[in-house]
Amino acid sequence: MSAARVIARLDVKGPNLVKGIHLEGLRVIGDPRAYAARYYAEGADEILYVDIVASLYGRNNILDVVRRTASDIFVPMTVAGGLRSLDDVREALRSGADKVAINTAAVANPGLIREVSEAFGSQCMVLELQTKKIGPDRWEAYTDNGREKTGVDALDWGRHAVELGAGELLVTSVDREGTQKGMDLEFLRRLVPQVPVPVIACGGVGTPDHACEAVAEIGVDAVAVASVLHYGKCTIGDIKARLAMADVPVRASP
Amino acid sequence: MTARAVVVADYGRGNLFSVCQAVARVGGAPVLSSDPAAVRGAERVILPGVGAFGDAMAGLRARGLDEALTEFAATGRPLLGVCLGMQLLLEESSEFGRHAGLGLLPGRVERLPQPAPGSREKIPNVGWCRLEPAPGGTPWADSPFAAVKPGDFAYFVHSYAAQPGVPRQRLADIVFAGVPTCAAIVRGPIAGCQFHPEKSGEVGLSIIDAFVHRM
Repeated sequence: MSAARVIARLDVKGPNLVKGIHLEGLRVIGDPRAYAARYYAEGADEILYVDIVASLYGRNNILDVVRRTASDIFVPMTVAGGLRSLDDVREALRSGADKVAINTAAVANPGLIREVSEAFGSQCMVLELQTKKIGPDRWEAYTDNGREKTGVDALDWGRHAVELGAGELLVTSVDREGTQKGMDLEFLRRLVPQVPVPVIACGGVGTPDHACEAVAEIGVDAVAVASVLHYGKCTIGDIKARLAMADVPVRASP
Repeated sequence: MTARAVVVADYGRGNLFSVCQAVARVGGAPVLSSDPAAVRGAERVILPGVGAFGDAMAGLRARGLDEALTEFAATGRPLLGVCLGMQLLLEESSEFGRHAGLGLLPGRVERLPQPAPGSREKIPNVGWCRLEPAPGGTPWADSPFAAVKPGDFAYFVHSYAAQPGVPRQRLADIVFAGVPTCAAIVRGPIAGCQFHPEKSGEVGLSIIDAFVHRM
């Protein structure tokens, strides 16, 4: 049985670590390399880099950040944002990434999911699912960091992506992202039993309890956290200590 | 003191950047090479690998690296196989048909046991798993695991696992689908890790450090 993971999420714009609310209203936090190194030292099980403007401007410079941090970080790294093709994925893996998370390009071309998982293995192919609640028991999939609606039901899309070969789902709640008000447990509770792959929950963690609810009650495999870490509200160690209290196996923080 | 050179065998399969970064982090000098002569002349060699067993062996043979690795190992210099690179050290694998490995250590590579229906465990096994000493295996104190503690976690990505032919050469296990499953092997200067030490935090770095400085 593998350990539940606590993932540090770093949203990157150009050379800067940034953070917004509902994926908007960005504020510059600092140098992503320094923050990533700190989270690695605090026991992060994975680092998730998201280039939050790449799909908007059609470019991708986050790989420079990944390459520079690969000499400091010895846990898996996932890269998201603006990856559109097999060549983009290959370049990300060459730069030190272990996995890629794809949203916009996969919605536009679902066949990309199969291409990536066949070329590099399904464990590399993470589908990012951005969700927004649009009615009782209904969530819509969004792209471009919550800017564009797809008209697609988020649960259906998540299931379909797994059939196409996605090895993991990264679920970002656009409603909760940056709010620190708790994760979208309602959506996660519906999704987790329906997909046979690991689910990473992202968006809304304000306290270690919020992360623990998603892992211990809903059964997500990992939580990705950003604001609370960047603003020093709690540490990776605090979240892991809370998980351990709930008898969830976790890798000890140093 | 000059940094210890480590040749990282490059046979066109997978990302070797992280392995090189980890070697450099512990004070070694990584040299990425697909040249058999560089392997034959190396002080120590890391054999990484991701992907399928048969395809990887084809990649080694196409470059003459299979013979170079066999000759290198026969001289008693240190060799570390990582992930698929560990599996290649053994005699054969059943992944997509029968494929002969390098045969430097006795044993075979077989698919992971099937997890029970409804289990959160699945194949491929991806994630952080607890390392435990293998019963009847080599004690960790005498191995590159000297700084690893039972129960420490390491990062795995695999669908197949080694079944060493000699119990003593089994170094560490994980439990997968309720079954003790080989996570590391060792025989003198030859060692292998099924997990990725370059992605297993300080625990993994301690193993690479031991390989670079103490094997």
